[in-house]
Amino acid sequence: MSEQLQTMDAPPSAWQRFRDSHLWHSFTRDRVAQLSLAIFVTYAVLALLAPLIAPYDPYDPAQIDILNAEMPPSWEEGADPAFWLGTDAQGRDLWSTILYGTRVSLTIGLCAVALQALLGIIIGLFAGYSGGRIDSLLMRCADVQLSFSTMMVAIVVLAVFQATFGTELYQNLAMLMLILVIGIAEWPQYARTIRASVLAEKKKEYVDAARVIGLRSPRIMFRHILPNTLSPILVISTVQVANAIIAEASLSFLGLGMPVSQPSLGSLISSGFEYIFSGSWWITVIPGVVLVGLVLVMNLLGDWLRDVLNPKLYKG
Amino acid sequence: MALLEVRNLEVRFGLRSGEVKALRDINFSLERGERLGVVGESGAGKSVLGFSILNLLSKPGFIAGGEILFEGKNLANLSPRELRGIRGNRISMIFQDPMMTLNPVLTIGQQMVECLLAHRKISRKDAKRIALQKLKQVYIPSPEKRFDQYPHELSGGMRQRIVIAIGLLMDPDIIIADEPTTALDVTIQAEIMDLMLELCERNNVALMLITHDLGVVSQVTRQAMVMYAGRIIEHGPTREIINDAQHPYTQGLMNALPQMAIPGQRLNQIRGSMPPLQNIPTGCAFNPRCDYAMDICRSTLPEYVRSGGCRVACHMVAQQLAENAAPQTLEVK
Repeated sequence: MSEQLQTMDAPPSAWQRFRDSHLWHSFTRDRVAQLSLAIFVTYAVLALLAPLIAPYDPYDPAQIDILNAEMPPSWEEGADPAFWLGTDAQGRDLWSTILYGTRVSLTIGLCAVALQALLGIIIGLFAGYSGGRIDSLLMRCADVQLSFSTMMVAIVVLAVFQATFGTELYQNLAMLMLILVIGIAEWPQYARTIRASVLAEKKKEYVDAARVIGLRSPRIMFRHILPNTLSPILVISTVQVANAIIAEASLSFLGLGMPVSQPSLGSLISSGFEYIFSGSWWITVIPGVVLVGLVLVMNLLGDWLRDVLNPKLYKG
Repeated sequence: MALLEVRNLEVRFGLRSGEVKALRDINFSLERGERLGVVGESGAGKSVLGFSILNLLSKPGFIAGGEILFEGKNLANLSPRELRGIRGNRISMIFQDPMMTLNPVLTIGQQMVECLLAHRKISRKDAKRIALQKLKQVYIPSPEKRFDQYPHELSGGMRQRIVIAIGLLMDPDIIIADEPTTALDVTIQAEIMDLMLELCERNNVALMLITHDLGVVSQVTRQAMVMYAGRIIEHGPTREIINDAQHPYTQGLMNALPQMAIPGQRLNQIRGSMPPLQNIPTGCAFNPRCDYAMDICRSTLPEYVRSGGCRVACHMVAQQLAENAAPQTLEVK
């Protein structure tokens, strides 16, 4: 009895809070969100465990045999049962390559968005909180940045890099370069969203109260205002990861992304494109479907999150 | 030396349409443990006064002149670092709406510990111990439980208690309470007010109570200031101001109290409303609404005259004093 009383009195644990939250409640009701999350988790697990799951290592030239090139998937005629989804033009097992490719795509997407968020949050918070000239200056920078399309910036930077430092160095640094380029090109999205929320938040009395207590400005910005602007950040993050994955795929398709030796989903699609009219449709189509699925579930999750976190859209 | 002394404070707001004087000729002092009431209509500059004492005016506002001496140091030109050491530590402020002053995404405990750690070099454990002790002081039941709760889980009265606990956290010398009970239920108001008084008394804290509730001022404070359009128009012992108001505006405020009205009759009111700060009439700011306005009221700003224990800025009071007494008792400040 006394034990029970104590548990009643104890503050609810984080898990308990989560179970009671509107987020969880809405999640249990929304089939689309559940399905999307399930698919996304599957993608993430497969990508994470790719070295364990994949039957072959597509990065290991010793395991590739050019004689196995362009084998169709197992349900087609003339398939080799060793290659479930067939092979690509270099004789790599498509299933393994897709697993590794998803890994590359997700890594680039997540890291690029982390970089965007880092830059955008710092700049947006600073602009919104300081106001005045600093605000105008930073936001004009954001406007200028937004007036160049991401693809244009990325193509120019990557092409110049390739031309200056040579293809070999580029291939070694491809993933880092893609993360940097996509990350830096899209920070204004975050900066603008956060600045808008900060402008609304900083007028609230708790900010005055924090200043009255004698806290330093950075502390007020990061500890008091930032957590109150998290919901828009969360929403744009899901959409931005999807966008970053698409941007990477597009660049790879144009030959400016990941090298063929370490293909992402985009470069895989691109590498199969030459063979599509010779009948080897699977090299392009299967990674394409995987990519579309990944981007679709992320967007669906983002939509759901936006609906949940925006009380004005509350559907009851 | 007084704990806090404000001399000739002038606050302006740089608006697009030009500079506007939000406060002028502000002179008063506050002793340790004293309780001062600041009364006035909305827009009279009461809250601006509170913020300018902490040098926390937000952007278009700035201190244009005068001194705010806290223990002899002028807060108007201290470095931001020195100011931070005073804010929350020596002078703290309690706001009107406890729903808004607590950060919704941090627990009560986090907000209290943060304040302690900002000012003292102590461990988190010690900070928690002090915070719990303060929560007990404001009669929060089961403080350990509240410590880990978020503001939205508490009632309005409870939240205001916590705001008071945060205000008292560093054992400040002065608390500026900006309408601390306005947002609360009437039954809770008295409770919170009593609590604040008890704590101020016990810790010998000076209280500057900003309010428009004359009832509260009369019960709680010994000194009172009446503000109108950014200027103190009457300042003195609360009892004198309540019982024997000199300035026509203060008289009007007193007559407007429902307690003063004869049952069955209309309540008295001061006709008109306070002029916007961009557009303060020349002479005495109150002249367009004053029943006794004379020519001089429309042309010259009234100086302060001493009447009993009060100082009043009114030409009529000055004239009456001059008529009643020999001119040498007319003390112009």
